[in-house]
Amino acid sequence: MVGSGGGRANVFRTALLLAAILAVVHVGDVLAAKKKERPDAITEAVGILQSAKVAGQGSRENQRALVALTGSGERALLPILEGFEKATPEGLNWLRNAFEQIADAQRASRKALPAKALRAFILDTANSADARRLAFDTLAADDQTLFDELIPGMLNDPSPEFRRDAVQRLLQQATTAEGSAATELYRQALSGAVHEDQVKTIAEALRKAGETVDISRHFGFVSSWKIVGPFDNREEKGWAVAYQPEAEIVQERVNPDAEYDGMNGKVRWQAIETTDDFGVVDIAKQIENFKGSAMYAVAEWSSPSQQSLQIRLGTPNAWKLWVNGALAFEREEYHRSTQLDQYSVTVQLKPGVNVLAFKICQNEQTQDWAQKYQFQLRVCDATGVGVLPGPVVVRNGVSQKTALNKGGAE
Amino acid sequence: MNRPDGKSLVLALLCGLQFSCGVLWAGDWKQFRGNEANSVASGESLPTELSGSTIAWKAALPGRGVSGPVIVDGRVFVSASSGYTQNRLHVISIDAESGMQLWQRQFHATGRTQTHEKMANATPTMASDGQRVFAFFSSNDLFCLDLKGRLLWYRGLGREFPNASNSLGMSSSPIVVGETVVVQVESDAEAFACGVDVASGETRWQIQRPRAANWTSPALIPGRGGRAALVLLQSSKGLTAVYPESGKVAWEFDKGASTIPSATVSAGTVYVPSNGLTALKPGADSVEQLWNSGNISPATSSPVVAGNLALVLNSSGVLNAASLETGERVWQLRLRGTFSGTPIYARDHLYLVNEAGVAFVVKPEADKGTIVSELDLGETILCSPGASNGGLFIRSDSNLIKLAAPK
Repeated sequence: MVGSGGGRANVFRTALLLAAILAVVHVGDVLAAKKKERPDAITEAVGILQSAKVAGQGSRENQRALVALTGSGERALLPILEGFEKATPEGLNWLRNAFEQIADAQRASRKALPAKALRAFILDTANSADARRLAFDTLAADDQTLFDELIPGMLNDPSPEFRRDAVQRLLQQATTAEGSAATELYRQALSGAVHEDQVKTIAEALRKAGETVDISRHFGFVSSWKIVGPFDNREEKGWAVAYQPEAEIVQERVNPDAEYDGMNGKVRWQAIETTDDFGVVDIAKQIENFKGSAMYAVAEWSSPSQQSLQIRLGTPNAWKLWVNGALAFEREEYHRSTQLDQYSVTVQLKPGVNVLAFKICQNEQTQDWAQKYQFQLRVCDATGVGVLPGPVVVRNGVSQKTALNKGGAE
Repeated sequence: MNRPDGKSLVLALLCGLQFSCGVLWAGDWKQFRGNEANSVASGESLPTELSGSTIAWKAALPGRGVSGPVIVDGRVFVSASSGYTQNRLHVISIDAESGMQLWQRQFHATGRTQTHEKMANATPTMASDGQRVFAFFSSNDLFCLDLKGRLLWYRGLGREFPNASNSLGMSSSPIVVGETVVVQVESDAEAFACGVDVASGETRWQIQRPRAANWTSPALIPGRGGRAALVLLQSSKGLTAVYPESGKVAWEFDKGASTIPSATVSAGTVYVPSNGLTALKPGADSVEQLWNSGNISPATSSPVVAGNLALVLNSSGVLNAASLETGERVWQLRLRGTFSGTPIYARDHLYLVNEAGVAFVVKPEADKGTIVSELDLGETILCSPGASNGGLFIRSDSNLIKLAAPK
C-alpha cells in the first residue's frame, strides 16, 4: 500500500513537476514572444530620432534617445543609417549626430568601424543618399583608397554629391586626354553632371570640339511660355491683386484668346520662346522692362504618370507659382540677386498635361542692379537631374484638351 | 603680519566685483563681439607687437565661413559651411592652447543655403551660455550642442518659416541672455525675432519685425543696478529694446538705422549706426538722443567704444574717432584695405583685421591714433575676432589662427 501509495505520490509529483516545467516553458515563451514584439532599445531610439518634430518639440526625449544610441556603440551604426530613409528633416540631423558620436568614440578607442557592412550600405542605391554619403565620408576619412574604388561607379548615383565627385574625376582625366578620347570623357561626364559649374565646363569643352550640347534640355528648362501683361504693380501693390489671368489660373480656366485690361491698355497672351542655355525668359529684353508691373506666364508640362518632382527656378523679381491652379509657393522679394536653382519647390504632377503658371513682378527701383525682369524655371528630380515632359497624351487620336491647347487631330 | 595696503585692497575688491559679475572676467568670449556684444575684451592682455612669432598656431577648417570664433572654458568653437550648395554645416571645437581639434560635428541645412559669394552659410557667429553652444547659419538652422558635441536640440527655422530668407544670405548672430537665445531672422519676404529656451529649444516668444533685408545682430544692455537686461534689435526702422525673457518691448528709437553694422553699448549709452552715428541714453521705457554725428558712418564693421572715444571704420578703411560726449570727430587714421569684421578693444589697444588678412594693432589716444604694429596673415579674413586668455583668435577662409605673445 505504501508502495502503491508511494507510486501514486511519485506519479503525482512527476505530473506536478511536468506541469511546472510546462508552465515555466509557457511563461518563457510568452516572455520571449513579448520580448520579440517589443522593439529593442536601438530600434526604439532610432524611431524616436527619426520622427523628431519641428519647433524643438520633444528635444528632451530626443536627448535620451541619443544617449541610448551612442551608448549602444558600433551595433547602432547601421540601424542609424537605415533610419535616415523615413526620417523627418529634423530627424536626419539627430541621427547624423548619433552616428558621428559613435564613429568618433570608435576611433578614440582604436576600434575598427564595420567597414564591410558600411561599404555594402554605400553601394546599395536604394538607401538614403544622405546616409550613404555619411557612411562614405566616415570610411574615407581612414581609407584613402575608397574614393578611387567607389566613386567611378557613381556617375548616375541618386546622390548629387557622389555624382559631382564622379564627374570631377572624369574632368580631371579629360584635361590630360586629347582629341576623341577627351571628347568621350566629357560626354560621359555630362551624362552625370547636375551642377551648373560642371555643366558649363563640359559644354565649353564639347562645343570647342565641335559637339552639340543642349544645356537647356539637359537641365529640363521650360523654354516655351505664353505670357501676358503688363498689369499694374506700381508701389508694389499689384503683388496682392489677382488680375483676371490670375483668377483664370486659379480656376484652371485660362483662355488663351482672352483680352484683358492691362496697365497700358488692352493686353493678350503672346507666345514667348527662350533659346537661352539656362532657360532665361528675359522680359526686359524680349518684351519690355515695364517698371512697376506684373506679368503672367503659363506653360504646359505633360507627365506620363503621377509623380513628385521639383520645380527649381531663379528670378530677381517677386513671384508666385501655381501648378494646376494650386499655389505652390510665393515670394515677395525684389532684386536680391538671381541664380540657377535659387528656389526649389516640390510639386505633385498629375498624369497628362499640367499647367505651370507664374506671376512675376517688377518694382520701380532705379539702380542699375535693379533693372532685371526675368525668370528661369526647370523641372527636375530630387537629385537635380532634368526631367523632360513625357509624350503628348493622346486619346483616340486627339491630343488632350487643355486650357491653352484646345486639342486637335494628331 | 603686514597690513594690506590700500592699493591691494582696491585690487582685491575690484577682482571680487569682477568675479561676482562673471561676464566681466577675462577668459571666455561667448558670442559675437564678446560677452557683452560690445567688442571689448575686459582684462585681456593681447600681444601688441605682432610678428610671425606671435602666430601661436593655425588650425585647418573644413569649410568657409564669415563667422567668428567663440571661446568657452579653454575651447574655441567655430562654424563653417561646405559643399557645392553650402548645405553641409560644421561645428568645430578646437583646444585653445594647442590648436588641436577636439571634435567636429556636421549637419545638413534644411533652409535655403544661397548666399552672396563673399558671404557663406556659416556667417553668423556662434554663441554660448557657458554650458552649451548655439550654432546659427544663414539657412536659419539653429543647433544647440553641449561642449562635447552632443546635440541637445535643433530648430530648422528655415523650414518652419520658408520665406524668411535672403538670396544674398543672412548674417545676424544670436545672443544669449540668461535662459534665452535671441535670434533675428529678417528679410524682405518675412521677418521675425524670437527668443528660444536654451534648455529645450522651444520658442519662448516671437515678434514680427519690419519686413526688410537686415544683416545686423542683436546688441545688449546688460542688466545692472537692479535694471533688467535688454536686447536691442536693429533694423532700417530704428532700434527696439526688448526684454530677452518675454520679447516685450521696453522702448523704441524710430529714426532709422543701418542694416549692416550693429549698435554697441558702453556704460549705459547706446551707439547706433543711424544717420551716421547716434548716441542714445535709454530710460526705463523711453530713450533720449544725446547726439548725432552725420560725418561718421560705419561701413560693415560695428562701432567700438575705447576709453572716451567712439571708433568707427568707414568704407574707405579709415578709422574715425569721435568724442563720446559730443560725437564730434577728433581724429582719423587711414588704414589699408576694406574691413568686414568688427575690431576688438583690449587694454588700450584696438585690434583690426582687413579683408586681405592684414592685422593691425592701433593705439587710440585722445588726439591721435597710432599704428603700433601690423602683420600680414596672407589669407582672406572677414570675421570679427575673439579674445581669450591672452590669445586673439581669427578665422580666415580656411584656418583658425591664434595670435599670442611668444612663450
